[in-house]
Amino acid sequence: MNSLLTDTIIALSTPQGEGAIGVIRLSGPKAIDMVDENFAGANLIKSEANTVHYGKIKNKNGEIIDECLATIFRAPRSYTKEDVVEISCHGSSYIIQKIIELFLSQGARAANPGEFTLRAFLNGQLDLAQAEAVADLIASKTESQHQLAINQMRGGVSKMIGQLRQQLIEFASLIELENDFGEEDVEFADRQGLKDLVNKILKIILELQSTFQYGNAVKEGFAVAIIGAPNVGKSTLLNALLNEDRAIVSDIAGTTRDVVEDSIQIDGILFRFLDTAGLRETTDKIESIGIEKTKEEVAKARIIIFVAEIEEDHLQIVNAYKEIPILNKQSSIIILNKADAFHTCHSYDVEEAVSTLTNRTPCIAISAKEKTHIDKLKKQLVEIAKNSKTQASTILSNTRHFAALNETKNSLEAVITGLDNQVPSDLVAMDIRHALHHLGEISGEISTDDLLESIFSNFCIGK
Amino acid sequence: MFPEYDVIVVGAGHAGCEAAVAAANMGAKVLLATMNMNTIAQMSCNPAIGGVAKGQIVREVDALGGYTAIVTDHTRVQFRMLNKSKGPAMWSPRAQSDRMMFAAKWRNMLEENTNIDFWQEMVTGLVVKNKVCIGIKTGIGLEIPAKSVVLTNGTFLNGLIHIGDKNFGGGRAGEKAATGITEQLESLGFESGRMKTGTPPRVDGRTLDYSKMEVQEGDKEPARFSFTDTPNLQKQIPCHISYTNPDVHNSLKDGFDKSPMFNGRIRGLGPRYCPSIEDKINRFADRDRHQLFVEPEGWNTCEIYVNGFSSSLPEDVQYKSLKKVPGFENMKMFRPGYAIEYDFFQPTQLKASLETRLISGLFFAGQINGTTGYEEAAAQGLMAGINAAQHVASKDPFILKRSEAYIGVLIDDLINKGTKEPYRMFTSRAEFRILLRQDTADMRLTPLVQAIGMNHLEERMSKIEKKETSIKEINKFFENRSISPDEINPFLEAKGSKPINQKVKLKGILLRPNIGIPEMRQFVSTIDKDLEKFDSDTLQTSENTMKYAGYIQKEKEMAEKMDRLEGVTLKEDFKYEELTALSAEAREKLNELKPRTIGQASRISGVSPSDISILLVHMGR
Repeated sequence: MNSLLTDTIIALSTPQGEGAIGVIRLSGPKAIDMVDENFAGANLIKSEANTVHYGKIKNKNGEIIDECLATIFRAPRSYTKEDVVEISCHGSSYIIQKIIELFLSQGARAANPGEFTLRAFLNGQLDLAQAEAVADLIASKTESQHQLAINQMRGGVSKMIGQLRQQLIEFASLIELENDFGEEDVEFADRQGLKDLVNKILKIILELQSTFQYGNAVKEGFAVAIIGAPNVGKSTLLNALLNEDRAIVSDIAGTTRDVVEDSIQIDGILFRFLDTAGLRETTDKIESIGIEKTKEEVAKARIIIFVAEIEEDHLQIVNAYKEIPILNKQSSIIILNKADAFHTCHSYDVEEAVSTLTNRTPCIAISAKEKTHIDKLKKQLVEIAKNSKTQASTILSNTRHFAALNETKNSLEAVITGLDNQVPSDLVAMDIRHALHHLGEISGEISTDDLLESIFSNFCIGK
Repeated sequence: MFPEYDVIVVGAGHAGCEAAVAAANMGAKVLLATMNMNTIAQMSCNPAIGGVAKGQIVREVDALGGYTAIVTDHTRVQFRMLNKSKGPAMWSPRAQSDRMMFAAKWRNMLEENTNIDFWQEMVTGLVVKNKVCIGIKTGIGLEIPAKSVVLTNGTFLNGLIHIGDKNFGGGRAGEKAATGITEQLESLGFESGRMKTGTPPRVDGRTLDYSKMEVQEGDKEPARFSFTDTPNLQKQIPCHISYTNPDVHNSLKDGFDKSPMFNGRIRGLGPRYCPSIEDKINRFADRDRHQLFVEPEGWNTCEIYVNGFSSSLPEDVQYKSLKKVPGFENMKMFRPGYAIEYDFFQPTQLKASLETRLISGLFFAGQINGTTGYEEAAAQGLMAGINAAQHVASKDPFILKRSEAYIGVLIDDLINKGTKEPYRMFTSRAEFRILLRQDTADMRLTPLVQAIGMNHLEERMSKIEKKETSIKEINKFFENRSISPDEINPFLEAKGSKPINQKVKLKGILLRPNIGIPEMRQFVSTIDKDLEKFDSDTLQTSENTMKYAGYIQKEKEMAEKMDRLEGVTLKEDFKYEELTALSAEAREKLNELKPRTIGQASRISGVSPSDISILLVHMGR
């Protein structure tokens, strides 16, 4: 297991497949030596840190594999805190394969998924929250995911948590001061002040948590369900949505996303269609929308597309829509399909009437078959997604962080209950400590000595 | 002249006395070696035992068969349960003792134990062979053989007393320092350090005007420290409180240029929570007054201890400044305060048994480990005494967990974190305060020492059995007994609590804030009668277990979680230096301390949570 950090690892850092360039990364004690040995150009061993060198990679027989650029990072000032070389070569699978094979034959080891980040973490470069963000960054597929991961990696969440923790420590130290030095001439913690502070922190936690839904949606994609009676064209609609964009969503190896699931990216936002395969198979059961499984799936969706066949009698559409109670709770879009077979000039009237009678639910007449007005639907999906984006600059996207914040919240609520019910201060202090503990779980800093340090530096105590 | 002893205890202060009785009651043959048999169990600083967190420790020492609580109960002049307005985890017993009686009672109790011999002489060294301690050397050149040695040297190792710009060697006012031991230990590979503590002036109580001070009386119904049947306190002496003022501060500042604290003559680090008066006015310049506790030294003496005025300023500066304190205008001084510097050994050089890592059979307890306080010293002495006896009998060390006792917290902190300043216990150092309540120390701990064969615990054990049965009965009573609005509403109204409309179980009433069993009994005669047969301590413990059941449960769960990390063991020959992923500091500390478990490793200072993650990753978890 020790060899984990003493050998040199190699991997392609850019996505598999043809591209303009490919970046191959080596990390470990022999990274620079290995590249230098096969590099016709500057002497890499003697070159300074953070420099880029042009040269040619040659194989054992001295034949040139490719022209490339080698970037030298020296420990500890690299991503992994080890010596790192990044080789930028031409993006042909063949060339990349040849270069990697060359270094493997010289003793480098193919890196496991995420191993560069693991090294960065093990070498103390990243804290836990940051390491998780990097994992997200690697797996990020869309622009907004990327932004989120970058923000988290730069310590957005850690910093915010750190500030909350500091405020809580001050709060806790006041109570501990009262407990341990109550016999002395010390200031007593103003209970109302304490309560205000806890409420303030609770509010921040709630705000942070509310970003989770968005953060999580960005990471996982906005869940969308398509429902409606049989033969209204749900599958066709899905295919119309997917066919054009499917190429963008590739199943990059090593990502956790289930490739069976259908996702599309529109304007940098990922949409994920829930159990769509299942939906297609169970068309005969759609009438009974009450079927538990379908219900569950639909409940998970953040956006529901209700599909109906367009017809003159708009009341029938409205009634069918209103029969499904869940639609009132989620953002929904009503799709009037098969508009190709309908009088175009009338379709606008039906759209307007249905929307008016359904509390201004967006209503779009399309033809899934002819792929008309699909763009309108996409625009509507993006609008709903963007509206659910919060103003907060720090966005929480990690389930573990969410859970830790939840625990913090529970502990802080116990603090408020305790203060309201005249629970003894040492027990209130215990709940505060638990809150501190859970916050520490996010940023990885946990120490009971913090409280005493705060007491000693701020208060005059001692007989 | 001497037989081979099982345990030789060097020093007869609070640590040494407890070490001697603990080892003796474990069946060991003990020699207590002290420089002066007339100063056994001296209270070198204030004449008080207990206080917040310290009182809890004394209760634990008592539950583990130590004598400090018994001696205190016999010799106290005042008793108070501190923090009574807070939750039961914070209640902390504290007593003022008669200084001379305290020492006399201790000596008396030691002499009653036939397993303990005495020898009066300075111990100047240890006999060590192949990294095993096999005896002591004395000032006149004697060698006394032993299977184990407990060092409890207090402030005596190269002690240096400072008063103003004067300084002289000494272990305590009027007593000489001990030399030789530090130097020998260093040559054996131990690392020593220097610490500082201080004490305030003693003054003539006949010259004080108490009418200008606040009075602090003892409790109306004083409780006891010991779980045994020690005498109740009938009569008490009050303490008094006065305050410094800007005049006093200005007067003290005149002497700052001669302060060994400020001119760099004192190198040792003093405790931040027990600062000298000059340190207080220097560090907290915005405060225009500091509290002083005026404490009697005993029943038959006019000597007064001025708690809060610890100082190493020149004696004339101390004198003229103290005279500016209200009530002290005509004060006559018996002796000035002083600071003392002494050698200590970073306790990270110890195992959890308090045995040194370097020398087998050698144990350290008390200030030599960088702690401060009689109570902290007594607790370590007791544990070192027990473990020395266990060592001699080739039995497993006796170790308390952080969730079992403040003593467990104390020793775990010391051996894993070490200390930069004199270490004092605070309740906030403990993770599980509600589990470590002073009222349950007997039930928590006495069975543990009984299990390893400590003598003379029969009476204690039968009391505990009775207490546990009574608690069950009382809890059942509150769960089953219904009470009608007529019976209880007058009481509830008097307490400002909402009246009831129909019969409810009594437990529901007890769970309300501000409602306790004693008041309930006072108001409702039928309840009083039902509970008559139980003593008030047992009733209190029952009340605590019912009222705080939710919190107790929560802490138990947290403690179990902590125990799981304690369950992940680390091999002693684990090669941390090869795990380069660890920080350099963590590698060094882990190699040095060789923690037994991941839990212990996580509490070592310098070992960060990410180091722990690395260890867990490395171990394949």
